[in-house]
Amino acid sequence: MDIVVCIKQVPDAESVKWDHKTGTLIRDGVKSVINPFDYHAIEAALTLKDELGGKVIAVTMGPPQAQEAIREAMSMGVDGGVVVSDRAFAGADTLATTYTLAQAIKKLGDVDVVFCGKQAIDGDTAQVGPGLAVRLRFPCVTYASQMDILDGERGLRIRRISEHGFDVVEVEFPVVVTVLSSLNTPRVPSLKGKMRAKKAEVPLWSASDIDASLDKIGLSGSPTKVYSTFIPKFEARREFIEGGAEEQADALVERLKEAGII
Amino acid sequence: MSNVNYFLTEEQQMIVDLARQIAHEKIIPVRARLDETEEFPWDIMKDLAQADLFGLYIPEEFGGLGGGCFENCIAVEQLAYGCIAVTTTFAASALGGYPIVMYGTEGQKKRYLPDIASGARLAAFGLTEAGAGSDAAAIKTTAVEDGDYWVLNGTKQWITSGGEAEIYTIIALTDKNKGARGASAFILEKGDDGFTFGKKEKKMGLRASATRELVFNDCRIPKDRLLGRRGLGFIIAMKTLDLARPGIGAIGVGLSQAALDESATYARQRVQFGQPIISFQAIQHMLADMATHIEAARALVYSVARTIDSGEKDISKISAMAKLFPTDVAMKVTTDAVQILGGYGYMKDYPVEKMMRDAKILQIYEGTNQIQRNVIGQALNKEYARR
Repeated sequence: MDIVVCIKQVPDAESVKWDHKTGTLIRDGVKSVINPFDYHAIEAALTLKDELGGKVIAVTMGPPQAQEAIREAMSMGVDGGVVVSDRAFAGADTLATTYTLAQAIKKLGDVDVVFCGKQAIDGDTAQVGPGLAVRLRFPCVTYASQMDILDGERGLRIRRISEHGFDVVEVEFPVVVTVLSSLNTPRVPSLKGKMRAKKAEVPLWSASDIDASLDKIGLSGSPTKVYSTFIPKFEARREFIEGGAEEQADALVERLKEAGII
Repeated sequence: MSNVNYFLTEEQQMIVDLARQIAHEKIIPVRARLDETEEFPWDIMKDLAQADLFGLYIPEEFGGLGGGCFENCIAVEQLAYGCIAVTTTFAASALGGYPIVMYGTEGQKKRYLPDIASGARLAAFGLTEAGAGSDAAAIKTTAVEDGDYWVLNGTKQWITSGGEAEIYTIIALTDKNKGARGASAFILEKGDDGFTFGKKEKKMGLRASATRELVFNDCRIPKDRLLGRRGLGFIIAMKTLDLARPGIGAIGVGLSQAALDESATYARQRVQFGQPIISFQAIQHMLADMATHIEAARALVYSVARTIDSGEKDISKISAMAKLFPTDVAMKVTTDAVQILGGYGYMKDYPVEKMMRDAKILQIYEGTNQIQRNVIGQALNKEYARR
């Protein structure tokens, strides 16, 4: 089983400070940590490896100091990792990021599962997992809160949480899975893992190492402009339409027209 | 927070960081519940196993990390910052494992040490009996040779992790008339015929740790369970305790540090007479004494542990000192912590009352502090007789 886990270094939420004048985060001198949800992705990858064997490779895009994140993942039991790092990647939105990560994953060779945290706590887009799935042409299951291996080790049965409840889906490998913190409890690092991680070579892959087209990476590959950020509201309304089948159908069409859906 | 430079190696710093992470993430959030329910901390034992910490002192060829007394001390100090009941459960496994490391045959080491190192099986140590506490030579449990077997009869009392551990180092009399040479050490396994456990004791503190009787009723074990030579029982027990005592001191240091951190943090926030109570000299002097004693205790434990690891053979006196001083400090510091928090400190809403209840055991187990003073005093008598 070849497993990839995508992780991201984010500013440590506990040490981050706010610049009240400019209304932005002060990132200087702030400790970087692994995105909290990504620990659960690492645990999911390691659990799957414990059950099925194989190896787990951690991938991250970032500056060279993101090697620390890879080493931390290795101290938990991840076999190795790479940092995709190049000045040309700077300013990437999720479109460019998913392209870049996908190129790196393709370079790793055949992959059965890619795990990601459900979202990063700095950008909060939750787009990288699904975007990566599109790039890799893998199915994608988001917001996993429970995971079992299908008979014959051909795929996974995943309980995924949505705004309205949960779905249980079965999916065959290869697949991209984004995970919730309720999926598992991340293991603590091990001393042997820490020692191995300290000595390990963590390669830095440049844009040319992963055969990236320059127009698809960094700022030039990023059409997204952020004008404001907000938490979307999900308001559910429920209405029972009474009457005979024809009456109900007409009423439904009327409602859908009113809502601008048809 | 200690900012004294103890010159830890990179590897030792890793041990500190990892043990501290486990204390903060896994132990502190559940310690009050474990204290209340007396639940055995299996989940945390699994975390400690995953972290490789059970193998710290075990040679690399048997799956350990090949560390010494010092590595063990810095690990338990950090864990004790979280909860000493959990830490005692962890440390008890080393107490059961040390005799096998020191006296085991190649076969015994291969059979038991890898499982102890990986944390797959907990170990325990059984010396104390109802009538034999400080007077260890008064034990009554016997082991009689019978063909290819030893047959054990008797009852061990207050055995840490009794019933939960799977591997036990037991001291039993093999020749009643030979005095100090009359006892031998044996390896027992949970499940051996005639080996059962008494009820779990209810305790004032250390409540997440399991304490039970070990009952041997015509318990037959194969001959190859004898540890070391016949007649070495008390020597094995004393050498084991000599090696383990600085670890108890380290537990005292970790517990004291936690109590100081709680008190100083509280004293900065608690306002009386219009100012934080830390601005009063009465409180400042208490905190100053606590911090100074803790640092002195830490320096003593670290120096003694390093001396032991350097190969020094004559360690009974210094090892007793490294247990005695930090554990007396822990009792004083935790008591003062409750005093600084006042009424709040006496309530279960704050962790210091548990720390004070827990601290008391440190002055009692692994040789009471009176026995430590005996050991130190007798060593001094010998030393000065030679001058």
